[in-house]
Amino acid sequence: MSKFIVNNLKCEKNYNIIFDNISFSLSNGDILKVSGANGSGKTSLLKILAGISSCEYGDVNYNNQKIYSSAYQKNICYIGHLGTINYDLKCKENLSYLANIQGLKKANIKKALTAVGLKSYENEYTNNLSAGQKRLVTMAIIFINKAPILLLDEPFTALDDNSTFIIEKAIKKHVANGGICILTTHQKCNLTNIKSIAL
Amino acid sequence: MNIFIHTFLRDLKIAIKKPSIFINPLLFFIISVSLFPLSITPESKILIIIAPGIICVTCMLSMLLSLNSMFHNDYENGILEQMIISKHSLALIVFAKTSVNWILTGLPIVLLSPILASILMLDNKSIILLLTTLLLATPSLSLIGTIGASLIVGIKNSGMLLSLLILPLYIPILIFTSNAVSQQHFNSTNEAQIYFLIAILFLALISAPFISAVALKAIIE
Repeated sequence: MSKFIVNNLKCEKNYNIIFDNISFSLSNGDILKVSGANGSGKTSLLKILAGISSCEYGDVNYNNQKIYSSAYQKNICYIGHLGTINYDLKCKENLSYLANIQGLKKANIKKALTAVGLKSYENEYTNNLSAGQKRLVTMAIIFINKAPILLLDEPFTALDDNSTFIIEKAIKKHVANGGICILTTHQKCNLTNIKSIAL
Repeated sequence: MNIFIHTFLRDLKIAIKKPSIFINPLLFFIISVSLFPLSITPESKILIIIAPGIICVTCMLSMLLSLNSMFHNDYENGILEQMIISKHSLALIVFAKTSVNWILTGLPIVLLSPILASILMLDNKSIILLLTTLLLATPSLSLIGTIGASLIVGIKNSGMLLSLLILPLYIPILIFTSNAVSQQHFNSTNEAQIYFLIAILFLALISAPFISAVALKAIIE
């Protein structure tokens, strides 16, 4: 049984306290929804959990080990709120590079793009896609990366109902297989049995 | 090594889609060097003396021009975050990006330098030596420049800051490169300068990608 434990987390930026005293515990099959107003620190929290930023105080443990290690990085799939794609590259090139950088060998790019409904856009430059389609190119990585912890920052931004449903279905499948998902969102989502914290 | 090849090919593809990234520094190099004979004197005696300095300074400034955008796009679209938490070595990714920068700006400058050197009336022996010294100097300029480029990530209008950070580090390369070619004109020995350039290149090769990686991690945090 995997355990993801966050204790007394405090984040400070430019001498301003963004959030303080954040604690939660997650285990296999859990989804945590982080909500809060703009600037409340949702992205900062996710960056700390991904090991990109460090916190002012507190600690994050996964399976009784501190998260700042290369071993932990193998357990996460982090998708930030920024596009994570280069507009001068084709859909498949962007996704292929993202898969490579996340250490995924022999990733089935075509299958992932088909899963998010972008099969016919495989060779299209991402610059020619709509905002929602660009987001889907990035989100397609969750169909390839089988890491146990999904960290998704605003995964439903710019997505229509159908695309939101596809991503929600992928998240449900991930947690049903014993994964953990932590996501931030302003939108209402149809994910059930979720834990939530407000910043 | 796989990630080196992937990053290298990806950055090449992006550069081909946006040729201004490498064409602008080259144009700057060609135009600047060609203007010197017009503005100073077309007299060969004077040009031969100042030619190594002109070529080295403009080469240095041209390479500086190409560094601003090195990490900018990756920072803006969030790929830099992915690079930092990647299972692969960030230093190796940075080295791939540096290699692309050298191939697109440093190498064309080296290849163009014999033509521009002949405009500045340099003799054949000096041109060959210039080619050799630039071949040693330009990779060092790219590698050292990468440190500066990683320190200015996320800072808008940071061209001047980059110059202030990097130009002092470029000075030894400038001195040894231009001095090696100048010494040739006076038939003096120039082996020491070349050895120094080789030493700087090795030092930059083994340290710059790691320093850049640490700087990028610190800045993204």
